[in-house]
Amino acid sequence: MSKYLVNKFLFTVDRDPELVERYRADPAGTVAWWEAERANQILNCVAEESSTWLAFTDAERAALAAQDHVALFEMGAHPFLTLTLWIAMFERDHSEPLAMQLDYAAKLKHFALPYPDIGT
Amino acid sequence: MAKLVAILATTHHPFFYKTSQLRPDEAPPFAAEWIRKVEAYRATLTAARPDVLVMVGSDHFHQLWLDNMPQFLVGKAPHYDGNYYNEEREFGLPRLVLQGHEELSAYILREALDREFDLAFSNELRVDHSITCPIITVRPQNDLPIVPIYTNIFAPPLPRPERFVKLGRTVRELVDAWPSDLRVAVVGTGHLSLELGGPRQFGPHGPDPEFDAKAVEWIANGDIDGCLSEVTLDSLHAPGNATHGFMDFMLMMGLAGYHKADYADNLDLFHTMEAYFTWYPNGVGG
Repeated sequence: MSKYLVNKFLFTVDRDPELVERYRADPAGTVAWWEAERANQILNCVAEESSTWLAFTDAERAALAAQDHVALFEMGAHPFLTLTLWIAMFERDHSEPLAMQLDYAAKLKHFALPYPDIGT
Repeated sequence: MAKLVAILATTHHPFFYKTSQLRPDEAPPFAAEWIRKVEAYRATLTAARPDVLVMVGSDHFHQLWLDNMPQFLVGKAPHYDGNYYNEEREFGLPRLVLQGHEELSAYILREALDREFDLAFSNELRVDHSITCPIITVRPQNDLPIVPIYTNIFAPPLPRPERFVKLGRTVRELVDAWPSDLRVAVVGTGHLSLELGGPRQFGPHGPDPEFDAKAVEWIANGDIDGCLSEVTLDSLHAPGNATHGFMDFMLMMGLAGYHKADYADNLDLFHTMEAYFTWYPNGVGG
């Protein structure tokens, strides 16, 4: 399990306007590109000093490629990161205020406390 | 010695700025009362005539990240840029630049280290809406130097509630003992019950109105012991998955001590309860 790496994906995509659009338009392609090119880049280091060991599990890769926020929640991805990126990508598809956020919540309604652990 | 002229503990609702900018015919029905309450709250800081603001907040995965996550961090820089792309995108927040007060930052860092708080520091910090929202609400002219103090309420493992109270007490001791003629206000922001990215998010009220009612009483009455007797890292999951932001209120309660707030107000909004508290340790305008 690499919750940290899932969070790193959400974090680095969310803060880059081009990557937000790219992930919306091409989910699986963006996940594959990101895992190959960006997953091991330490954010405060130059490329030559990248890590060598980070990779998604199959389930994580599939959840990100399917943009399945329910599966990401179940895995313990940080809910703030997922929500923020999902608002950026999908709020525009809803005409009523908060409709996207309420739909997002409704799809999670089968989760009871305690929620999945978000510790990394 | 410096004079601690006001302690403000409040929520930081990122949609206030956008709401306050709407024309009356565009604004939602709750906007007018919200703006009125924020303006009344702003007056509680204005009345204290502060020279410098110590600002307690929490980075929401903007500059601070899981590869290097501090529990408590103090900014020590001459300036702080404010707000991030995703905050402009989602909340319509403006970018702004705040002045820093490096002397007070350095003093707090040195003295806290010597009192067993190993605070991290940053010489180049871009602050986010936990700091900029209270500037927008209580000091919109943005004319005072600040010392930002960030807490980790976001990325487990978190410090326990007792540690937040203790840091508040320590900051209080340090400000009271700061060899300076300046008037200091401490402005901290957190949350009451809150759910983000979970099944209870964005309801008609905060996710746990009962917790919110209790929390408002604890804060307004300075009931630190009552609060600590019920609030733990585990218990804070129950009112909502982002409710650990309440620990920033507990830090502010530690700062204020066992005193009733001189000003207490709140507002039940969709999604969350807004809350506004001010203490005047030396009396209003003291």
